[in-house]
Amino acid sequence: MDFQTLLILAQDAVTNSAIYALLALSLILVFGVTRVIFVAQGEFVSYGALTLASLQMGVMPGTVWLLLMLAGIAAVMETFRLLTSGAGQELPRSLATVLVPPLVIAGLVKVCTPLHLPLGWQVLLTMLIVMPMGPLLYRVAFRPLADATVLVLLIAAVAVHFVLVGLGLLFFGAEGVRTPPFSDAQFQFGFLSVSGQSLWVYVASSVFIALLAWFFNKTLYGKALRAVAFNRNGARLVGISPHLAGTFSFALASAIGCLSGVLIGPVTTLYYDSGFLIGLKGFVGAIVGGMASYPLAAFGALIVGFSESFSSFWLSGYKDVVVFTMIIPVLLWRSLSTVHYEEEE
Amino acid sequence: MKQFVAGISMFAVMAIGAAAQAEITIGVNLSSTGPAASLGIAEKNAISFGPSTIAGQKVRYVIYDDATDTTTAVQNIKRLVSEEKVDVLIGPTTSPTSAAVIEAVAASKTPMIQLSPGPATISATDEKRKWIFSAPANTTIYGTAMINHMVKKGVKTVSVIAVDDAYGEVSTVAYKALSEPKGIKTLTIEKYKRTDTSATAQVLKAMQGNPDAIFIASSGTPAALPHVALIERGYKGKIYQSGGAANAEFLRIGGKALEGSFMLAPPVVVGEQLPDGYPTKVEALKFIKAYEAKFGPRSMFASLAWDALKIVEAAVPKALKSGQPGTEKFRAALRDAIEGTKGLKGAGSVFTMSPTDHSGVNQLGMSLMKVENGKWKLEDHAEFK
Repeated sequence: MDFQTLLILAQDAVTNSAIYALLALSLILVFGVTRVIFVAQGEFVSYGALTLASLQMGVMPGTVWLLLMLAGIAAVMETFRLLTSGAGQELPRSLATVLVPPLVIAGLVKVCTPLHLPLGWQVLLTMLIVMPMGPLLYRVAFRPLADATVLVLLIAAVAVHFVLVGLGLLFFGAEGVRTPPFSDAQFQFGFLSVSGQSLWVYVASSVFIALLAWFFNKTLYGKALRAVAFNRNGARLVGISPHLAGTFSFALASAIGCLSGVLIGPVTTLYYDSGFLIGLKGFVGAIVGGMASYPLAAFGALIVGFSESFSSFWLSGYKDVVVFTMIIPVLLWRSLSTVHYEEEE
Repeated sequence: MKQFVAGISMFAVMAIGAAAQAEITIGVNLSSTGPAASLGIAEKNAISFGPSTIAGQKVRYVIYDDATDTTTAVQNIKRLVSEEKVDVLIGPTTSPTSAAVIEAVAASKTPMIQLSPGPATISATDEKRKWIFSAPANTTIYGTAMINHMVKKGVKTVSVIAVDDAYGEVSTVAYKALSEPKGIKTLTIEKYKRTDTSATAQVLKAMQGNPDAIFIASSGTPAALPHVALIERGYKGKIYQSGGAANAEFLRIGGKALEGSFMLAPPVVVGEQLPDGYPTKVEALKFIKAYEAKFGPRSMFASLAWDALKIVEAAVPKALKSGQPGTEKFRAALRDAIEGTKGLKGAGSVFTMSPTDHSGVNQLGMSLMKVENGKWKLEDHAEFK
């Protein structure tokens, strides 16, 4: 292998790693706060890219209906909960928070879809459609189980994954999409040419990671989320609502997923079911980080990206085998090197 | 009670009426929903052009959807043969569903024309598979058309990039078997997954040794990923796409990167561009005119269902001599008649079946196209007299 091939492979690896890192971070965040291993994380990636593609074709994306459907179910559940717990007077306010934002977004999309807005606005619209799905999914599928074991939550997450993939096929069909790039520029570094879109991926994911770091270290909400992740009961004692924290972490998860989808939409072809495998690779990264450490997870994502890229070159038929086999030594090392204790179970 | 008796007698009268006037029942099982929906919907559309009478007999169509699911396909076939008493089956759409229904079809002794290519499912010598026929060209027909073109263009070395599934595997195997005798050297065979986010590494590997041509064996939109990556990495040689990529979605996804590349497809896709006198041209144009007036852009998958109906239509008069529709005798005669199909000019190919060839598609059923200005242009086709 010559040096040029090596550099191109490395560049490809970094582009993919950036996305895996983002997903790994959000998986850790959701797991830390709610103890849900959020298998369906990847679906937000496909939803993001496919929704944007629909908007560009001037078609009302099917995800809008999903959003409204989720809001409807959440509203019914909320009504039931408040009425049975005798807190009926809170009903109007609570229904408004669940129903109004999705309805406003749906209306906005209905108005904006035929207008063929510039790319930036369409991206914003896509984020608006996909991001609220996280909190709504949390409300519908996970909040009622909030005190269940990790295993039950994982099973619920697998169920959510299958529902979302099935709906994705229904909304977008089996064929893939490629969205137009944010920039057509090509940058020449010696003999290595880097597309403007990959630069976008690097910059956007670095900025987002930096923002997350700032959010968790400097802001009150971020610190509250960390507190919940560290000790749920302790956080509750000092007045942090675990439900609010859960909602917040799911909102971040769907936002990160959607952003990843929008970023890689132009570099690859995405299908209704692409997200799962991307999410799974993010998950391998998160495992390297022990589902707890953000920097280690980002490092893990890099390992995944590099091993994927180089094994595609040497052993293309066994690429995924190589990537996923990596979990075994990592798990071995972690289970041997850390003191293991059962928490809450 | 009176009403009940009246109802029963009416029912009996209807039943006698149905028996007196024999009608031919064509059972259709397609994947009009699920992952193969884009194929199945087009095929279902084409079934609507089926004749309402054949040789003076009324024809009844029963259309089921298997949702691209093998279990449902088997259930559908069982229902079609036991409840609807069909005389002949058309479908399934995909190779996996076709493979799944063989047992059920053979047990009912009903001839079936499947719309998926079937070296694995059709065989005249096998007691079960002798009931199965297939309308599309198989991978050998595809491969031969491509290799012939490569030889004409002086291609000596080829790298293959195949999608890591059954389709990629079958296409690669057919390509290898056909290319070696012609002295074409295969440098490497690289695999990628349908849902991969990048094929850069495979593309770099395939480009090593600078092959004269690269063959991408993949179907539908996934075929665009390595193709676009090849152009991005500056590959200047010829790029061949297998027949699975020949749809409009692929052109949309691939965009400018596809310009100048070659692609295999049945000649019906470029019907207007065929030279006058090409054996399938008349029927292809008839199909295109009828289909596009009613359903929009043509689809090669629709032409398969169209041709399956043609085969049935041609075989029924012969079979009627041996028995009445609805009987086992008629079905067996129909099977023999389909097997005896000779020189039938369909929209996609000229069909000549034989006890050893249940596909009946010959090289006339395959052409090679070139992408020019985002459209398909006929580049090469089989010799004809």
